[in-house]
Amino acid sequence: MDVRVQDAPFDMGAELNRFAAGVDGAGAVVSFTGIVRGVASGDLEAMEIEHYPGMTERALTQIVGDAVARWDLADALVIHRHGRLSPAAPIMMVATAARHRGDAFAAAEFLMDYLKSRAPFWKKEITRSGAQWVAAREDDENALARW
Amino acid sequence: MDLRYFAWLRERIGTGHETIQTEAATVLDLIAELKTRSEAHAFAFSDLAAIRAAVDQELVDMDAPLRDAKEVAFFPPMTGG
Repeated sequence: MDVRVQDAPFDMGAELNRFAAGVDGAGAVVSFTGIVRGVASGDLEAMEIEHYPGMTERALTQIVGDAVARWDLADALVIHRHGRLSPAAPIMMVATAARHRGDAFAAAEFLMDYLKSRAPFWKKEITRSGAQWVAAREDDENALARW
Repeated sequence: MDLRYFAWLRERIGTGHETIQTEAATVLDLIAELKTRSEAHAFAFSDLAAIRAAVDQELVDMDAPLRDAKEVAFFPPMTGG
């Protein structure tokens, strides 16, 4: 299990290859990557991501631990960036490995749902006309109910 | 007690960190006390529905006891991912 919180960019392809190469006996690897929306949708210049050092790592480790306790996972990976990100840059990724795809898919969705509403990150959109904190979506909070 | 503020709470209060002496028994009691510190604090804490709290880096409800808490953090609902 690997949880990384970093300001440096990451290469999602390289990370996924390394993750997949390190899982023994798994028949399924599922990954999700979140990227900064922009360019086509407006005048977004950058996304600033603030976090709570210490609590962030604790919360992510807890969420990954919950996923491992619930599904039969060979491994799990969470990488989340903070700081100033450009449009189209990867923000975060999760990857799960399991013997069968059902566990890998379910655990990846669980990780994403909890990460969005329970890990202390806050996004701020920087545009030419000003800056605005991204509001939490009710859908994201409601998504937790299915688990 | 160390207080930490994040995102727009930090911006409204004007700092991300302050240290205070308090006898507040719960998170809600602490907020009531903080609102009297300055107009900026009162403004930042004016809508409790928009605020979440963590005690010693664990997310808690607003009526959570503080007991021997060393660090209390306030922030808006999280928007990671």
